[in-house]
Amino acid sequence: MATFQENIATLSTRKQKRNWYHLNGEERLAWLLVLPWIIGFLAFQLGPMLASLGLSLTEWRMFTPPKFIGLGNYIEMAADDPNFFQAFKVTTIYSVTSVPLRIMLGVLVALLLNAKVRGLAFIRTVYYLPATVSGVAVAMVWLLILNGDFGLLNRALSLIGIEGPYWLTDTRTVLASFVLMSLWGVGAGIIIYLAGLQGVPNELYEAAEVDGASDWVQFWKITLPMISPVLFFQLVIGMIDALQEFAGPFIMTQGGPGNASLFVMLYLFRNGFEFFRMGYASGLAWVLFVYIMVLTLLIIRSSAVWVYYEGEVREAE
Amino acid sequence: MVLRYIRESQRRSLAFKMSFIYAILVIGMVVVLMPFLWMVSTSLKTPAAVFKIPTVWIPNPIVWANYPNALTILPFGRFILNTAQITALAVVGATLSGSLAAFAFARLRWRGRNFMFVLVLTTLMLPFQVIMIPQFILFRELKWLDTYLPLVVPAFFGGSAFNIFLLRQYFMTISPELDDAAIIDGCSRFGVYWRIILPLSKAALMTVVIFIVQNRWQSFLVPLIYLFDQKKYTLALGLRLFQDQYTVEWEMMMAAATVTMVPVLLVFYFGQRFFIQGVVFTGVKG
Repeated sequence: MATFQENIATLSTRKQKRNWYHLNGEERLAWLLVLPWIIGFLAFQLGPMLASLGLSLTEWRMFTPPKFIGLGNYIEMAADDPNFFQAFKVTTIYSVTSVPLRIMLGVLVALLLNAKVRGLAFIRTVYYLPATVSGVAVAMVWLLILNGDFGLLNRALSLIGIEGPYWLTDTRTVLASFVLMSLWGVGAGIIIYLAGLQGVPNELYEAAEVDGASDWVQFWKITLPMISPVLFFQLVIGMIDALQEFAGPFIMTQGGPGNASLFVMLYLFRNGFEFFRMGYASGLAWVLFVYIMVLTLLIIRSSAVWVYYEGEVREAE
Repeated sequence: MVLRYIRESQRRSLAFKMSFIYAILVIGMVVVLMPFLWMVSTSLKTPAAVFKIPTVWIPNPIVWANYPNALTILPFGRFILNTAQITALAVVGATLSGSLAAFAFARLRWRGRNFMFVLVLTTLMLPFQVIMIPQFILFRELKWLDTYLPLVVPAFFGGSAFNIFLLRQYFMTISPELDDAAIIDGCSRFGVYWRIILPLSKAALMTVVIFIVQNRWQSFLVPLIYLFDQKKYTLALGLRLFQDQYTVEWEMMMAAATVTMVPVLLVFYFGQRFFIQGVVFTGVKG
């Protein structure tokens, strides 16, 4: 609560023309402390972002001066670039399978962990381990696991009499391989869901118990609605993340076989840093950005239906 | 009598349920650990044993020499030093500039605070690829290509919005009465940051440090864009080079991968208390 003196202070300052010399010491200090971030934001984020919008309207091969071509890059993507659609298709299929599967698996394990198991801290640590490692080393390990001839996965499958495919060189399984690989890192989600589950008030379950609701009903009517805000947040973050997948396909398949794992980020990287088509790559980046935004908005829109916030008043169904 | 029977059967079904849960959890743990074990096992094998069917888990003989061999084919010592240097600078820059901004957001009263904070949060949503190319052009103009500056300097200017968010949330939980008391005792506002808030926020700072270490140690795309000279390579780039040149020498590649992962796993293991707190606190993995 603002004190009387503060109210007076705000009243009196509000009349003044506000500039640096009129700020009090506290305000000056605040701006000074945030200044590095502001500079970083303008120079490394907002500036480049606007610049990339401008660049996307040019033909620029890096070593020759940029030439303004209007919407030429965007027209080329839509009319003349099958790889563009392929990249978005691949990335979308990967994201809409990997993210929901990760959430489902994460919630499942969190539910098991929430059953008052002993050694919770240890089990949690084990499940979290894969989430701490990433990038090149992980890609190399999975390259070995998914190898068709002597990989760990096919060795395991052969134990139950299944002859596994050549995961990464078969157009039908290459995306499934990446989804499988992403499931390994499900641990980060588990910790978040577990925290969400532990936050569900016990009274709710007790009341349901009295009413004779089964575990199954309790899960759908209590647990799931109560943790839906957490799921929602994970869905948004997960989608943004998945749509930017890069290191895996770059190292493991180079987009192959036959562009079957040509992720957008990989295609963008190639245009920018292999073909040196900076204008076209900027255009791709903006399309991906808008695509991410639209998907995020769709998720947010849909959340009105399935996300439950405590304290929210709802009409009875 | 009947009552006792019901209790007994309830107890039994609960015991059955719990052993079912444990069984699934243990199977899950084995699956989760399998890739790590496979990596370490392969890193100690002879080339022939790598391809051998049926599967060999404990190699015989155990080829420790794979490690020194893998690490000397390419100058991995140098890559490790390079990466450590970049990571250390990024840690200093991001915790310093991030905690200063977080302090302003959590503790100082100023007009524009809410607007600026929302702006910080918005940048969390900003995907890197949109700014990747113009940033590259900017750093090229500045003649920063093939130096560590593009990797390190942004950290000193706020770093990731995530850090600011996490620290701000944490600072908010510290009682403001401490600030007032310190100021009455003649402490300056900046003194409050330095002498009160920072020492009380060791846990949150640790979380941020762990996140940055994890991130920087394994970062691939950014170094890939900016570093060309092999002497300046990071560990991730070195691994990539290795994988490119010695495609079939799996035992060596796995040795190199193990060496890369071990520091990350150790940092996580010893800092997991903070780490898990941080994940739960913000609901994001950094």
